[in-house]
Amino acid sequence: MTSTVTDQPPPNPMKAAPPLEPPPWTDDFGAELDRLRAEIVARRGARDARYIHTVIAVQRGLEAGGRIALAVSLLPPAWLAGTAMLTTAKVLENMELGHNILHGQWDWMGDPAVHSTTWEWDFLTPADAWKHTHNHLHHTYTNVVGRDRDLGYTVLRMSPEQPWHPAYLLQPLYAALLAPVFEWGIALYDLEADAVTAGRKSVRSLLGEIGRLLRKGARQAAKDYVLFPLLAGPSALPCLLGNLTANALRNVWAHTVIFCGHFPGEVRTFTEADIEGETRGAWYLRQIQGSADFEGGPLLHILSGNLGHQIEHHLFPDLPSNRYAELAPRVRDLCEEHDVPYVTGPLWRQYVSMWGRVVRHAVPG
Amino acid sequence: MPVFAPRPQSPPWGLPGRFGTRLLSALSTLTTPLTTPLTPDDFLGLVDPLLSARHPAGVVTAVRPETADAATLVIRPGRGWYGGHRAGQYLPVGVELDGVRHWRTYSLTSAAGAPDGEVTITVKADPRGKVSPHLVHRTPPGTILRLGPAQGEFVFPEPEATPDRLLFVTAGSGITPVMGMLRTIVLRRDRPAPDVVLLHSAPAPDECLFRAELTHMAGQLTWLRLHLRYTRTAARITARDIALLCPDWRSRETWACGPEGLLAVLREHWEAERRGGERPDGQRSDGQRPGGTEGPRAGSLHVERFHLTAPTAAPLTLADDSGGRVRFARTGVEVASPASVPLLVTGERAGVPMPYGCRRGICFGCLVPLLHGRVRDLRTGEVHDAQGELIQTCVQAAVGTLVLDR
Repeated sequence: MTSTVTDQPPPNPMKAAPPLEPPPWTDDFGAELDRLRAEIVARRGARDARYIHTVIAVQRGLEAGGRIALAVSLLPPAWLAGTAMLTTAKVLENMELGHNILHGQWDWMGDPAVHSTTWEWDFLTPADAWKHTHNHLHHTYTNVVGRDRDLGYTVLRMSPEQPWHPAYLLQPLYAALLAPVFEWGIALYDLEADAVTAGRKSVRSLLGEIGRLLRKGARQAAKDYVLFPLLAGPSALPCLLGNLTANALRNVWAHTVIFCGHFPGEVRTFTEADIEGETRGAWYLRQIQGSADFEGGPLLHILSGNLGHQIEHHLFPDLPSNRYAELAPRVRDLCEEHDVPYVTGPLWRQYVSMWGRVVRHAVPG
Repeated sequence: MPVFAPRPQSPPWGLPGRFGTRLLSALSTLTTPLTTPLTPDDFLGLVDPLLSARHPAGVVTAVRPETADAATLVIRPGRGWYGGHRAGQYLPVGVELDGVRHWRTYSLTSAAGAPDGEVTITVKADPRGKVSPHLVHRTPPGTILRLGPAQGEFVFPEPEATPDRLLFVTAGSGITPVMGMLRTIVLRRDRPAPDVVLLHSAPAPDECLFRAELTHMAGQLTWLRLHLRYTRTAARITARDIALLCPDWRSRETWACGPEGLLAVLREHWEAERRGGERPDGQRSDGQRPGGTEGPRAGSLHVERFHLTAPTAAPLTLADDSGGRVRFARTGVEVASPASVPLLVTGERAGVPMPYGCRRGICFGCLVPLLHGRVRDLRTGEVHDAQGELIQTCVQAAVGTLVLDR
């Protein structure tokens, strides 16, 4: 069994990675997490429903407000306010709403308007395509080299197990360029063109998906870059710039949150041999070691879709996101009890650490 | 208040009638490209749930107690609830309880085509139930309910097809669809009312739904004969009683609604009569077709069975059940499914094309609607019994008999 230890010196003193052979207490550890999950399931109710409905109302209110302000954005204050509102709306829509609703976190409410099977988001990649690569592939095979395509998104080298190639020398540049156009990167990535060359997917289904992506892309682009600017009349140009800024900022933010969730230096990667016959407890252990939290206030967590609680999200991807904050200290205690590394830190430190890893693996070794 | 008289007309909701509705629909279509991937409806619904066309809703405008444990809810449907209903049909109602939407169906008790556009349902609180006590005791006016389209085959004929002589046999809350039919007859003022006999059973006078209104109607309306029977002090109604109370029952088209016991008695009686009364030419009267009242053969019998919330019977433990049977409604496959085997696996073994994903309850790629029955979450032991709920087949196992929409 290959041991996978990142040779990046950890920026904060973390415990050494445990052996990959699941420790004897793995099943009890898993049972304890199952109990945590059951407890939240039993308690979720009206309060949680009110939370998500409030976020939806705030998000749509901000979006409407932002659009209205940008319609008169020849006035600089209107441009600033409109762009700020629209950016916030798009961030909420993408992370706290889209990502989490598409995970099925709110399916328990039985509301067809807030349901993983009916939700579509203001993000280029169609919900169905994303649900497959994200919910299925990434969440099941988290940080398994060769299985989790999110590990470097097939263009970045994020672990020493990935064979080096000279093209990776420029990967800090790709990663930086990816940020403002993140939704395009994700949309192309969700097409899984690599699966066609590997024979896992037919050309026909790839063409179908490209068609769906183009149709959605056309509607998205028409809305932000044609229709609203036209409606803004004399404010057309500032409106267009405001929409462009909102989309770019949302993309940079999504890129930041997502990269900080799995790529800070101390987060581990796994090999396919590691997950052979993996039990539920061992799966939980891998999720913890393959994810990183970041710390911050409630507003930061809401704006990041509660993905600052990435570890909790990976343990319980279908629990309502507003519950991760209360789960976090209990998961952390459980990890400390069993000497399982629990990677967390302020956002800026995770961000620096993530870039360190991108740079480190650009060169061989 | 003479409840059976048509209520004064008022606009169904804020916008001025049909024109307002059309204008709103046109605006919605025009602005859809601006709200993609959402729809204008998603914004309108936030302003007022009644404006939502995609997710029809209604507002409770009044709650009238009927008995100690039953109440009539007056509901003003919003924009999305199309096309009214036919008397005798039921209304799917979505109620939010502790954040979770529950769907139940209740017979519409208002007249079909009432001019004010409001509808009523009359709900009896089932003490073992979750939703009905909430609707009866804890639903103030102003509450928003989600509405499905009115449905059901137990319907009263259109005016031109209504037979001249009718018999209604009802018991308990079985009176509710018939109440809607009686009120519909009252509303059809332009036509001569048919001759109606109503045999209704209730446990006791104070538990009899619509007792005051029914006796009032019977006193005022020449075409209605009413027999009330209280089963706590008198025997349940039998076929003999029907013959005694309504000697010309054979010449009437009959609608019956109530507990299964009553309906079984009636069906048997009508069937026996039909066998005995088979005509020399071998032709039989058609039990389902309405309007066949002329001639000596027994009139048609229409029955409506109420599913009195059976599902939540005894709490289950993990040990004492051994799975169940699964019917896949679309493919018609029916197989046994052990308690420990995910429904996804059962379906795949039986050759049913099942959606799948991670196979461990993470990705929600395997959701299939549960049409009927209960399932247990293999991770938590949690039992779901909500019909129409989408379930994760990869981590849910059968509990008893269930039907999946697959």
